[in-house]
Amino acid sequence: MSKEPIKVLLADDDEDDRNFFRDALEELKMDTRVTFKNDGRQLMQHLEEPGSELPHIIFLDLNMPLKSGLQCLKEIRENPRLRQLTVAIYSTSASEENIEETFVKGANVYIRKPNDFATLKKVLHDVIMMSWQYQTSGLNKENFLFST
Amino acid sequence: MKLSVKYDISVTCRRVLQDQLEKLRIPHVINGLGEVTLQESLPPLKQQALIEALKEYGIELVTDQKAALVQKIKDTIIDLIHSEEDLPNVTMSVYLSEQLNHSYSYLSSLFSESCYTSIENFIILQKIERAKQMLAANEYTLTQISYLLNYSSVAHLSHQFKKTTGLTPSAFQRIIKKRTPNVVSTV
Repeated sequence: MSKEPIKVLLADDDEDDRNFFRDALEELKMDTRVTFKNDGRQLMQHLEEPGSELPHIIFLDLNMPLKSGLQCLKEIRENPRLRQLTVAIYSTSASEENIEETFVKGANVYIRKPNDFATLKKVLHDVIMMSWQYQTSGLNKENFLFST
Repeated sequence: MKLSVKYDISVTCRRVLQDQLEKLRIPHVINGLGEVTLQESLPPLKQQALIEALKEYGIELVTDQKAALVQKIKDTIIDLIHSEEDLPNVTMSVYLSEQLNHSYSYLSSLFSESCYTSIENFIILQKIERAKQMLAANEYTLTQISYLLNYSSVAHLSHQFKKTTGLTPSAFQRIIKKRTPNVVSTV
């Protein structure tokens, strides 16, 4: 059955992490199209450009040069055109408190970066599947919270 | 006498498609590989006429019917879980195959093929979604919610909630309450 590919965007300054992410996505049995941004400023410039193609889901690294992931999240939620985007925070482990705080600020998903490939694949599959259900099954995005 | 013929089936199919679409005045582009792009959406009557016309040549409109059935599966599940009435006393698989007149195994494989997940998992997602709505509205206790959604116990609901969202029901409720209005807009 033909489906529109799921557009995925990852903003992460670490090249190894980007490659790891790309390899895992490629091995999933999902039709995805991924683009990358190397820092927060590049990401926001792309998103804010009028008429730019918006992804279905953005994976945001928290610690990026020039503009942090949290700052990007804030700007996305304040921008009427970007507000409804699904944002997944993709970061090295954090405390429960930190995670909750990120959700309060508007994140939909919190992923603690896995170290092994198999876990990353599973996590990406679950997150993208869930995001796709919100996209296609009329679920209320305001209640989309997923921590893994 | 006997005549031998040689034919190129893809040329034949393309020609048939083209003739029939033109006959019904449907603006289109034939992409090959059994796919046609229409320049505008097809009114139901025209679609039926096209289905009939193509049937004569052994050509079936596949995707539309399958996609429509998948949509029906989703709608049936969503209606059931989000309705105010009590959930039926039959299993979901029996309910779905009765409602949609197909065997459950057919529905199940069709669904998995196009939704990245199984019917079973989709049902769980929808139930948890309903639980979230009720938690966010703050109208019911978790125990009441577990009863309304047919869970055998509140522990079972809590466990499934945590497994599905990665959060406990109380953490979810806390986060939604703390969010300033409009931080995430409804689409």
